[in-house]
Amino acid sequence: MPEPLAWQIGKVTAIRAETPGVNSFTLELPSWRAHRAGQHYDVRLTAADGYQAQRSYSIASPPSRAGEVDLTIERIADGEVSPYFHDVIEVGDRVELRGPIGGYFAWEPPLGGPLLLVAGGSGVVPLMAILRERASAEARPPAALLYSSRTFDDVIYREELDALAAADAGLRVIHTLTRAQPPDWTGHARRIDRAMLAEAIAAAGAEPLAYICGPTLLVEAAANGLVELGVPPARVRTERFGPTS
Amino acid sequence: MDDPLVLDANAVAGDLAELFGFEVTSATHRCGHCGNVAAVGTLLAWTQGPGVTLRCSACREVVIRYVRTATHTYLDVSGASYIAAGH
Repeated sequence: MPEPLAWQIGKVTAIRAETPGVNSFTLELPSWRAHRAGQHYDVRLTAADGYQAQRSYSIASPPSRAGEVDLTIERIADGEVSPYFHDVIEVGDRVELRGPIGGYFAWEPPLGGPLLLVAGGSGVVPLMAILRERASAEARPPAALLYSSRTFDDVIYREELDALAAADAGLRVIHTLTRAQPPDWTGHARRIDRAMLAEAIAAAGAEPLAYICGPTLLVEAAANGLVELGVPPARVRTERFGPTS
Repeated sequence: MDDPLVLDANAVAGDLAELFGFEVTSATHRCGHCGNVAAVGTLLAWTQGPGVTLRCSACREVVIRYVRTATHTYLDVSGASYIAAGH
């Protein structure tokens, strides 16, 4: 089998809590290959009786970190794989995985911009890889991230996003909190809608290259909205990750 | 479309790469039903059944499907009039 498709055994070297339900896992890989921001790894668990469960998790780290990847994983209560990561796996444990995988939902500096990134919940993970890759690029295209979370505490990478935006006039981060907002909240407080998408397009620039990742219905609404606002369909890339619950 | 379970072909890019022998989501396909030309990655993926069904994002007809049995893998690409990969 070609190398990215061969299963390998990675070792968990660090676990960090990002939010109450989301952790980042650093995996050291014996057959590491440089990935493109936006790609994912397939993770496979095998039970004692041979039953296997397989899921895809987006890479959060930039390709410049040789030898390892960060996978940021949300705990899905009735999931088969993510509860194992959150409840069972410890530093030093080994996990079977293959990758990097995918070529369609991927960005690298030669693709340029302006970049318009739209995220719902943990859909921000591959977009964070894009922003991290962009931050270290020689020429940074203008970029806007429109990011929908349920509550303030559910915002993944909040401090890093704040720091990236503060240090970079070419990056705008627009948050919306759909379920509850802190008393001093100045961002949006509703689901992503046409006005918000128009604001994000204005922040990114004309004819943006759009990457949308999140729950299926959010992706659907955002992709249709961007096309209605004049973004060419061929410049809208989507990654749906299914239902939110 | 209001099916919360539908994914993109990207979700099964690993399986597809295994079946086709190359990274196929960034290749171009033409839908055999409506003639839409787009990246394979734009196909919509239904993954909850015994096999995987990939449908055209424009007309929703089946373009690619595959299923694994205990002994064989069946791959049906009869819904695509071509797949073009750069080299």
